[in-house]
Amino acid sequence: MTTTATKSAQPLRSAAMIASIADAGVRTTSAPFGHALNALAAVDPRIVGLTADLSKYTDMHIFAAEYPDRFFEMGMAEQVMMMAAAGMAQTGLVPFASTYSVFATRRAYDFICLDMAEPKLNVNLVSALPGLTTGYGPSHQATEDIAILRGMPDLTIVDPCDAVDIEQAVPQLAACEGPTYTRLLRGAVPRILDDYDYTFELGKAKVVRPGQDVVFVASGLMTMRGLLAAEELAKRGVDVCVVHAPTIKPFDADTVVEQIDTDRMAFTLENHTIVGGLFESVAGALVKRGVGRQVRAIGLPDEFLDAGALPTLHDRYGLSTQAVVNRVLAELVGR
Amino acid sequence: MTIQTDAPVATIHEPARALPLAERVRRVRDAAYQIRLNVLVEGEAQGEGYVGQALGVADVLATIYADQMRFQPANTEWAERDRFLLSVGHYALAIYAALAEAGVLPHEELGTYAADGSRLPMSAMCTYTPGVEISGGSLGHGLGLGVGQALGLRHQGMADQKVLVLFGDGELDEGSTWEAAMSAAHWKLGNLIGIVDMNGLQADGRTEDVLSNEPQEDRWRAFGWHTQRVDGNDPLELIRAFDAAVALAAPTGQPHMIICDTRLGKGVPRLESREKLHFMKIAADEWDPCRVELTASYTAEEK
Repeated sequence: MTTTATKSAQPLRSAAMIASIADAGVRTTSAPFGHALNALAAVDPRIVGLTADLSKYTDMHIFAAEYPDRFFEMGMAEQVMMMAAAGMAQTGLVPFASTYSVFATRRAYDFICLDMAEPKLNVNLVSALPGLTTGYGPSHQATEDIAILRGMPDLTIVDPCDAVDIEQAVPQLAACEGPTYTRLLRGAVPRILDDYDYTFELGKAKVVRPGQDVVFVASGLMTMRGLLAAEELAKRGVDVCVVHAPTIKPFDADTVVEQIDTDRMAFTLENHTIVGGLFESVAGALVKRGVGRQVRAIGLPDEFLDAGALPTLHDRYGLSTQAVVNRVLAELVGR
Repeated sequence: MTIQTDAPVATIHEPARALPLAERVRRVRDAAYQIRLNVLVEGEAQGEGYVGQALGVADVLATIYADQMRFQPANTEWAERDRFLLSVGHYALAIYAALAEAGVLPHEELGTYAADGSRLPMSAMCTYTPGVEISGGSLGHGLGLGVGQALGLRHQGMADQKVLVLFGDGELDEGSTWEAAMSAAHWKLGNLIGIVDMNGLQADGRTEDVLSNEPQEDRWRAFGWHTQRVDGNDPLELIRAFDAAVALAAPTGQPHMIICDTRLGKGVPRLESREKLHFMKIAADEWDPCRVELTASYTAEEK
């Protein structure tokens, strides 16, 4: 595993369509999922890995190289990958199966739902390119993956922020009863949460950074953006609390509602359409408890997004650190 | 004082391959007759249902449970068992009938088929019923689950366990079935035995009108499967086909497909010739005549 500093400038050529999501200056760790799976497999012989022709793009190749006899290349056939993973779980193995988020959710939903969730089998799906993490356009942008899956009973949904989250989540996913779906960050993955007093706990939201003026409830890479935006906003005298809610389901409503139910201006930050994801999870939790607080949604619009360079798109759709800073300042001025 | 319990002894049901062939045929025929009687009990409880398919597939299930499978009736989780996966969930009443005949389910429970609170729902699910290995019903899932089970068993050194998957000819419409077909051959799952029930009917009509699927043997052979096609209502042909598949079975080898042509309503002449067989309505006063016809067919075969 290597940890390096990100280059400060990315040329916006075609490679920028899958540019690193790490902001300038943020450290990265290479393939944290693959290494974490190897570490778990070393102590748990039940662990096996599957992929649907995307091992190199989901960091599963790290596991495949270390454990070739425990790795199953299922081909570009997401349906049979899901069925086979479920069948393997029925024989006592603990499979991790990887593909892209768009394919797992749009192509193979029925097989996750009925072959894994209904029988409560321990299958762990790791899906790369969640939300807007590629500039390839709607074919590859899983802007609604959480919305698709959130209604599925007994499925645990995790949206990790960084390498720290992923490394700590992997053994907890394997220990969790029933299937899990994790929005995988792959390749050079940002590493930021170990700068804070934080540990990943499946099912829990955590206050990562305290703050007096504004509260962010964030998941996935948007927690990183929220933390970086909070540093910028601090320079302008705005003190931001950042609550990281990596487990979307089951949702830690108690922690989140407690943080929102104050006089601070509240935002949700998510790398997902504002339909059916974190924002609506928070909204539902508030309404259910009769808490009438306004929450401002930072997330992707309910539309098919543009193709292009990822940094350009994150600016365009409001996910970049600067865009978050600008949005907060604008809302504070307008208050 | 000794405490009397009704706890069943953990006996192992072994395949019958050591018995004389004529004896095996008689056992399968008897089991099929009992399964059909059980199906009529379940069907009568609801007054309608997938009775035609269950009667048609009874000989296949009788061959599997009475002649071919190794299992413990009292311990359906036994790790060393052969697995039978029912992909076509609405054949639930057929598998319940077979599980009752095999000693897994009590006969008295058959009358609860599809009733509120029953362990025997209309579409078979592993979460409800002992001995049901998968939750089928959303069609095109069984063969892929079988691929995973065969891979998982082989990976853990279980070399003798067979994985049998029964699916319907309607499921040949589903692309996922063919993903699984490719995968099984790629992984050389020689202990995987597929059984397709070719009854020629699906929800919207005759299979050849809805989405034609012939020539079926050529397709499986082209996909790399050891393929046989038999009269799925002939116990002797079924026994020979399963024996041939098992003789070639190995942890690593060609997967096996047994294509079974069956007749809907088989064994009850008035149902064999009935229209709208997919979800059959049978009047309250017909069940006894059905049983009389079934017993007459069975007795005639015995002669």
